[in-house]
Amino acid sequence: MDANNAKVEYLLRQGDNALILSQQLSQLCGKGPALEEDMALTNVALDLLGQTRMWLTYAGELEGHGRDEDRLAYLRDSREFRNCLLVEQPNADYAQVMVRQFFFDTWHYFLMRELITSTDRRIAEIAEKSLKEVTYHLRRSGDLVVRLGDGTPLSHAKMQAAVDELWTYAGEMFIYDAVDEAMVAQGVAPRAEPLLDAFLQHVGEVLAEATLAMPSPSAYMQRGGKQGRHTERLGYILAEMQVLQRAYPGADW
Amino acid sequence: MSEETVINAEQACAQVWAWLGEVPDPEIPVISVVDLGIVREVAFDGDTGEWVVTITPTYSGCPAMQVIAEDVESALRAHGLQRVRIATRLSPAWTTDWMSEAGKAALKGYGVAPPVQQVIDISALKHGVKRHAIQEPEVPCPHCGSRHTLATSQFGSTPCKALYRCLDCREPFDYFKCH
Repeated sequence: MDANNAKVEYLLRQGDNALILSQQLSQLCGKGPALEEDMALTNVALDLLGQTRMWLTYAGELEGHGRDEDRLAYLRDSREFRNCLLVEQPNADYAQVMVRQFFFDTWHYFLMRELITSTDRRIAEIAEKSLKEVTYHLRRSGDLVVRLGDGTPLSHAKMQAAVDELWTYAGEMFIYDAVDEAMVAQGVAPRAEPLLDAFLQHVGEVLAEATLAMPSPSAYMQRGGKQGRHTERLGYILAEMQVLQRAYPGADW
Repeated sequence: MSEETVINAEQACAQVWAWLGEVPDPEIPVISVVDLGIVREVAFDGDTGEWVVTITPTYSGCPAMQVIAEDVESALRAHGLQRVRIATRLSPAWTTDWMSEAGKAALKGYGVAPPVQQVIDISALKHGVKRHAIQEPEVPCPHCGSRHTLATSQFGSTPCKALYRCLDCREPFDYFKCH
């Protein structure tokens, strides 16, 4: 894999993570458990969608095949998506929505903080823009994890179940493959180990405050999303997200 | 370039800035795109004969950005500038520190509490994730001026706002949060 291809892959991973999580949060619009939560979910979805556009636009330009952000988002099939498995986990209940968000935000925050010093200037700029938003996301999801974890017996039980259920998807971002290693070698992306340490420390602190048990860091971690091997669920997400462009190819406003 | 040309170019630039100062933000029409800090640079490109207006997004997903670009372009055309180009710049990232004092006053008059503090340096935000290290700012009520207010939601009707309510006059209000 040449250096340019590796960078395109890396950018698609960033863009697809933000895109799929944004789509999942958007599906909750009008269904939040409270008005404030509903607005927060859609605000976070909007931030992530804005970040998606920056990543995918850059990926399309580097790829050089004339694919813009819309073609990349609407006209790829699930095997071509590069998002991690975590973001395609279902909106099963609000505990799972918030734990998924908290795991994602924690990783996202520490990654963006490193990417602002990337040797790739454009990546550094996108990260700088994203970091402010992501910081706000992480503050909110951490708050919610504590409030619900250290809440009623029922909310506590649901949060613990969500943590246990989603933990196996929280490690994929730190399992580096040839693409990630190529980015590290070029100084584009940070190494996995310091990111993982920061992730485990912050998650540990918040879960402890939330009176939730932290699963084992050495548990088996699911993987494959970054390489395009997804769960069945992604197909349903894409079916809804892409239906208009699939039915009316090239449709525009 | 002669001294006179330089002066003329500076005057022309100042004129364009003044026109841009009359272009309202599409979502908060009492504040201009200049007062909001969205316009970063105005320059004349002698090679192409274009006026280049550089803008920066407030939030990366802000749906108003495209409207702002169109509004800026049509405002300058209305003033007779035919060749206008809108450029976008991401870095340095937009901050509410760039909002003018006039802009903050206009927000308050509109019923939106303006950002109350300078933004901390995000490059050293290790403490930013420690939830207890963050002091929620004291936000005065834009209706009655009371400092006896409470945050009800970290997110409001647009990405740039949070929801508060006043414990004295009992009115809810939007707070343009520090970013």
